[in-house]
Amino acid sequence: MTVGNLASAADTVEADRQRDWREALAAMALVGPATALIVVFLIGPLVCIALLSLTDYQLGAKALRFVGLANYAEMFGDRVFRRSLENTLTYVGVVVPLSVFLGLGAALLIEASASLRGFYRTIFFLPVMATLIAMAVVWEFVLHPQFGMLNLALNAIGMTGQDWLHDRKIVLFTFCGIGVWQSLGFNMVLFMAGLTSIPRDLYEAAEVDGAGQAWNRFWTVTWPLLGPVTLFVVVISAIRSFQVFDAIQVLTKGGPNRASEVLLYTMYSEGFEYFRSGYAAAVTMVFLAFVLALALFKTWFLDRRVHYG
Amino acid sequence: MAVARAARAHRPGCDAETMAQVELTGIAKSFGEVRVLRDVSLEIRDGEFVTILGPSGCGKSTLLRIIAGLERQDAGRIRIGARTVDTLRPNERDIAMVFQSYALYPHLTVAGNLALPLRMRLLSWQQRLPGARWFSPHIRAVERDINRRVSEAAALLQMETLLPRKPAQLSGGQKQRVAVGRAMVREPRVFLMDEPLSNLDAELRVHMRAEIAQLHRRLGVTFIYVTHDQAEAMTMSDRVVVMMDGQPLQFSSPGAIYSDPVDLRVARFVGSPRINTLPGVTTGRRSIDLAGLELPFDVALAAGERVTVAIRPAATGVAGQHGLPGSGVPGLSGRLVHRENLGSDLFLHARIDALDTTVIVRQDPSAIDAFPLGMQLQVDIPVDQALAFNSAGARIRSRVVARAAAS
Repeated sequence: MTVGNLASAADTVEADRQRDWREALAAMALVGPATALIVVFLIGPLVCIALLSLTDYQLGAKALRFVGLANYAEMFGDRVFRRSLENTLTYVGVVVPLSVFLGLGAALLIEASASLRGFYRTIFFLPVMATLIAMAVVWEFVLHPQFGMLNLALNAIGMTGQDWLHDRKIVLFTFCGIGVWQSLGFNMVLFMAGLTSIPRDLYEAAEVDGAGQAWNRFWTVTWPLLGPVTLFVVVISAIRSFQVFDAIQVLTKGGPNRASEVLLYTMYSEGFEYFRSGYAAAVTMVFLAFVLALALFKTWFLDRRVHYG
Repeated sequence: MAVARAARAHRPGCDAETMAQVELTGIAKSFGEVRVLRDVSLEIRDGEFVTILGPSGCGKSTLLRIIAGLERQDAGRIRIGARTVDTLRPNERDIAMVFQSYALYPHLTVAGNLALPLRMRLLSWQQRLPGARWFSPHIRAVERDINRRVSEAAALLQMETLLPRKPAQLSGGQKQRVAVGRAMVREPRVFLMDEPLSNLDAELRVHMRAEIAQLHRRLGVTFIYVTHDQAEAMTMSDRVVVMMDGQPLQFSSPGAIYSDPVDLRVARFVGSPRINTLPGVTTGRRSIDLAGLELPFDVALAAGERVTVAIRPAATGVAGQHGLPGSGVPGLSGRLVHRENLGSDLFLHARIDALDTTVIVRQDPSAIDAFPLGMQLQVDIPVDQALAFNSAGARIRSRVVARAAAS
């Protein structure tokens, strides 16, 4: 090997190194903006909240003190918080299955008949588009114990009406009803999209294979192929149910006697009425833990089982 | 073979019941204003491999779906074996279908896909409930039987190793094999296949062609195969139905479809490269005039009628070749405008100005140097190979008369 060869080999190595460096730089330049935005708008605030939940910070206070897990200790010892958590879980536990199964049922019924499909779709989807604050006024009107339409209707068929919004035993389930009403249409539209993406050939194969009757067809083709959609609908419904707040704020403010107090309402009243930002941050962390758990559950566990890869 | 034979042995009843000729009488179908099928009548014999060949939109798939029972005909009758099946559901017709898209259940393993039709037929819905097998030796016995039949089918198709996989983990050819297996385990009397190979790449298609033909020979049951690919039709079938515009034009052996087409559309659809068609006029002297070239035909036709003379590229030649003095008739003068050398064949495209058309002539590739582009040549039209069609496209039958030159 001559000196000239060696020199050129060294040159190539140098050139390679330079190119690698430039590629790395280009890669960083490309992912940089997105990363920066995520850090500034998502991760940053989350870290701030997490840190805040370890202090006794009050909104507007000039100083704050690190209190360790004191906020969390107080929270889990507090009857109001436990009540709020319990209510939220009950709400999620009722609204998610009901809105998912009724949504699926509505989608199947509407898809089954060609006539008036658009009409039904619009009707069921209306609550999704309407602002809940505005609709809450209507609900108050419907649910009013004396002149509410619901009680008038019940009385007309000989049943006793209830004080839907002020009876401690009932109020949470009244909100569950409103929650189902609100998310059913959304779930239905998602299911309808899922139904149209099922290849027709599969139904025909099922027909030839002897799984042609409605019941068999559902279990052989429809349900398995709706797996990914169903998972998505369940997770979205659950997250939306954890976020229930506006109707309660407008109609009962968590009352009567905290019977309809939910996580976000607790967070709101602690943070914005009593200005206990540190404590509210701790409540927020609990809320985030639930949502995060759902998201992780979906990506790590269920996604693999419903995509049949 | 074992599978099918065993199935036949299991079935009670005489031979007549297991015979599976398929008889269609006067089938018609419209979708709204569009008449997809008009008066289709076919008789397919027991154990025959019949291909329904036609361009897309000719109604061939609809016809297959009507035989399967996935679509209901507007008029006409279908008999499979000794039964009229018009009112029966697909699963009661004793047929199995292989779909173009394979239509495998994505959530089931290959074994599950193969077992599904059997589970549906042999177990009630209560017996299919998860866990039901723990309570009933009968269910376990049925499931053992199902598993045995699934592994038999898998062995026959050489796909035992695929049984635990999900469809998403299979290649296109493997999926197709599973789809065939799923059709097979049911031991149907009639196999219906709707363009099963069209999603596969060319090489695999050729391979699967042989495999399906082999499967047909082994099972010995009736196959009805729909395709737009003439190579599939010609290579696999006992008989071919050529369909166009909702009507079968010809139903005969692949050889007859190629060399003895009854309709100009059949002649044009089958064969590659396409058959040459030349506009001619009848002379009234038992011959056809092709731009001054007089082809003798022994059919009496009124003078001045427009006809089409068709001839396969392989049947033509360059006049004066092989020492034949123009095969008795002078050829058509043309100019060589394009050459295609496929290795096995050399196709010369000759522009015939007098007829305002281009004729393709097959030659042996070794002769390529004898045909420089732009040369003038005489295209020979051997009368005994030329086919004549009237203006409606129907074949004008004719025997060759003594050549004009010889007489």
